[in-house]
Amino acid sequence: MSSPDVSPALFVVGASHQTTPIDLRERLALTPEKLAQLHDAASRLAGLRELAVVNTCNRVEFYGVATDATAVAALEQEFCRLSGLDPATFATIRRLADGSDAIRHLVAVASGLESQMLGENEIFGQVKSAYEGAQQRRSVGPVLNRVFQKAFQSAKHVRTQTAITVGQVSVANVAVELAGTIFGDLSATRVLLLGAGDIGEKTARAFQSRGAGSLTVASRTLARALELATEFGAVALPFEQVGQRLHEFDILVCSTAAPHAVVTHAAVAAALRRRPAHPLFFIDLALPRDVEPDVATLENAFVYNLDDLARIAERNRAAREAEVARALALVGERADSIWRQVAPQASGRIEPR
Amino acid sequence: MDPSTDRFWFWLAGACYFAGLALGTSAVLRRRAHSRGIMNAIVVVGYVLHTYALYLRGLEVRGCPLGNQFEIFQFTAWSATSLYLVVGTTFRISLLGYFTSMLSAALTLLSLSMPAWDAEHRINVFGGNAWIEFHAALALFSYGVFGLLSLTSILFLLRHFSLKNKQLDGTFAFLPSIVDLDQIGHRLLITGVVLLATSLLVGASWWTRNPGAVNPVKIAVTASIWIAYAVALALRLRGRLQGKRLAKVCIALFAVALLSLSLITPRRPVSGPASVSSHQP
Repeated sequence: MSSPDVSPALFVVGASHQTTPIDLRERLALTPEKLAQLHDAASRLAGLRELAVVNTCNRVEFYGVATDATAVAALEQEFCRLSGLDPATFATIRRLADGSDAIRHLVAVASGLESQMLGENEIFGQVKSAYEGAQQRRSVGPVLNRVFQKAFQSAKHVRTQTAITVGQVSVANVAVELAGTIFGDLSATRVLLLGAGDIGEKTARAFQSRGAGSLTVASRTLARALELATEFGAVALPFEQVGQRLHEFDILVCSTAAPHAVVTHAAVAAALRRRPAHPLFFIDLALPRDVEPDVATLENAFVYNLDDLARIAERNRAAREAEVARALALVGERADSIWRQVAPQASGRIEPR
Repeated sequence: MDPSTDRFWFWLAGACYFAGLALGTSAVLRRRAHSRGIMNAIVVVGYVLHTYALYLRGLEVRGCPLGNQFEIFQFTAWSATSLYLVVGTTFRISLLGYFTSMLSAALTLLSLSMPAWDAEHRINVFGGNAWIEFHAALALFSYGVFGLLSLTSILFLLRHFSLKNKQLDGTFAFLPSIVDLDQIGHRLLITGVVLLATSLLVGASWWTRNPGAVNPVKIAVTASIWIAYAVALALRLRGRLQGKRLAKVCIALFAVALLSLSLITPRRPVSGPASVSSHQP
C-alpha cells in the first residue's frame, strides 16, 4: 500500500442486513480464499494505506485509510468482481462514511447496536477476529490499530453501562436462560427432548451448546427418536417409558404433535416424590400443549409454554430497544474521543460518489 | 462523638451497613443491578470498623463482648457479616450483600439507638473462664449463621415466587438460581446446627459441674432453639421438609431466636467478682 502526500482519510464502506435483501446478502459474504484475494488486490492499490474487513453473514464492511476516493472505488470494484455483484447494484445498497462517522459506526457495530438481533454478543467476537486477521496480514497501521483497539474498549463500555445485552430474545435462548435461573450450573442437568418439533430441536441444541450434562430423546416413533439421538450424540428413550422415568430428568423440552397432553399431573407428582429436593422444569413448546396445565400447581414443578417464552423474549427485546438511545449517546461520546486521537493522522475526507 | 469510645466505631460500622442498604434499595427501585464491587467494599469497610469496635469493647470488658443485649446484637450482626464475606464471595450471590447490609444495619443501628440495652458494662462477665467465653461466642456465631440462613430463605422465596409467576426481569433478574439457594441454605443449616451443638456441649460440660451458676430459662431457650433447627435439618435430610416450607420455617425460627436473645443475656458473672459499671451513651 502506497503513502502519498495527500492527507489520508479514515473510511468505512460496505453493506449489511439493514440495506440489503436476503437474496443479495447471500452473495456478500466472502469465503476465506476470496478474502485473501481481496487483501492481495488491496495491497496493490495506490492510495490505500490500511484495511480491515469485517465479513459476517449479515455484513461486509471495509474499514480503511485512503489518500483519495479512487482507492475506495477501486476496492469496491475488486469486491464486486470477487463476489460476482453488479457494481451498480452494490452502489444501491452500500453505505460510505468517513472520519468520526466511520468510528461511530464501528463502535455501534461492535456493541451489537447495528445487529439484526439487537445487542447480540457474537458480533463483538467477529469484529475482533476481523481485526486480528488484518493484523496477521499486516494490513492495519497506526490509525486502524488505534481505532479498533479503542472501539473494543468503547463497545465493552456500552454493553456494560446499558441494558442492550440484557435478557435473551429468542425462544430457545430464553428457555436456556430460564433453566439457569432454576439450576444455576447446567453441566449437571439431564435434558429430555420429548417429540421432534423443529423449535424443540432448536431448544435442545441451545441446551447442548450451553453445556447441559446429558440429552435424551424420546419420540412417539422410536426410529425418529434414534435418528435425532444420533444427530445430537444423545440417547434415545422409548416414548412409553417416559412416564416411569420422568424423575431421572431435570429439564423436559416438549414439542410433540400429540393431540392431547402427554405429561400428566399424576406422573409429575410421582416423579417429584422420588426427587423431593430437585425441581423439574418443563418447556412446553407444543400446540396443543404437551403438559397438563395443573402440573404448574406442584410446588417444585416449573412449567413454561410457548406463549410464556415468547412473552419473555418480547419483553427482553423491548427492554433492549428502550436502551438504544442511551447506548447511541455513549457511542457518540466514545467515537468523538477516539476521533480526537486519530484526526491528526487521518483528517482527510472521502467525497461521496 | 468521641473517637476513643467504641460506640463511635459502632456508629461508623452501622453507617457503612446503612450505606450498603441504601445502595441496594436504590438499585432495587431503579430495577438495576447494584455494583457488586461497591457493595462488597462497603460491607468490608463496615466489617473492619465493626471488628475494631468489638475489639475496643472487648478490651474494656476484658473478654468477649457478650455481656448485655447491645453487645449480643452487635456480635450477631458481626457474625452474619463474617459469614457473608465467606459465602457471598464464594458463591457470588447477587443481592445477598444487600440483604446482609439490611440485617447488619438493622441489628447495629437498633441496638445503638437503645441506650438502655447498653446501660451496664459487665466487666469480665465470664470470670476469666475461656471455655465459657468460647461457648457464648460460638452460640452467638451460630445465630449469625441462622441470620444468614434466614436471608437466604427470603431470597429462595423471592426466586420461587418469580419463577412461578413468570416475573423474571427487574430485580428478580439478579436473584441466584433456586437450586443454588437451596444448597446454600442446606449448608448454612448444617453449619448453624453443628456450631450451636458444639457451643451447647462446651457449655454443658461446665454447667454440669456448676448447676446453680446458669439461668435455667437460658438453658431451656437455647436448647429449644437448637432442637427446633435440628428437627428442621433432620426433616430436610429425610425429604420431609423442603423448598418453600423449609424457607418459611428458617425465617420464623430466626425471628424466635432473635426475640429470645433478651432471655439469654448473661445476668451475672459466672465466676469472680461482679464488676458492673454504668455506661454513659
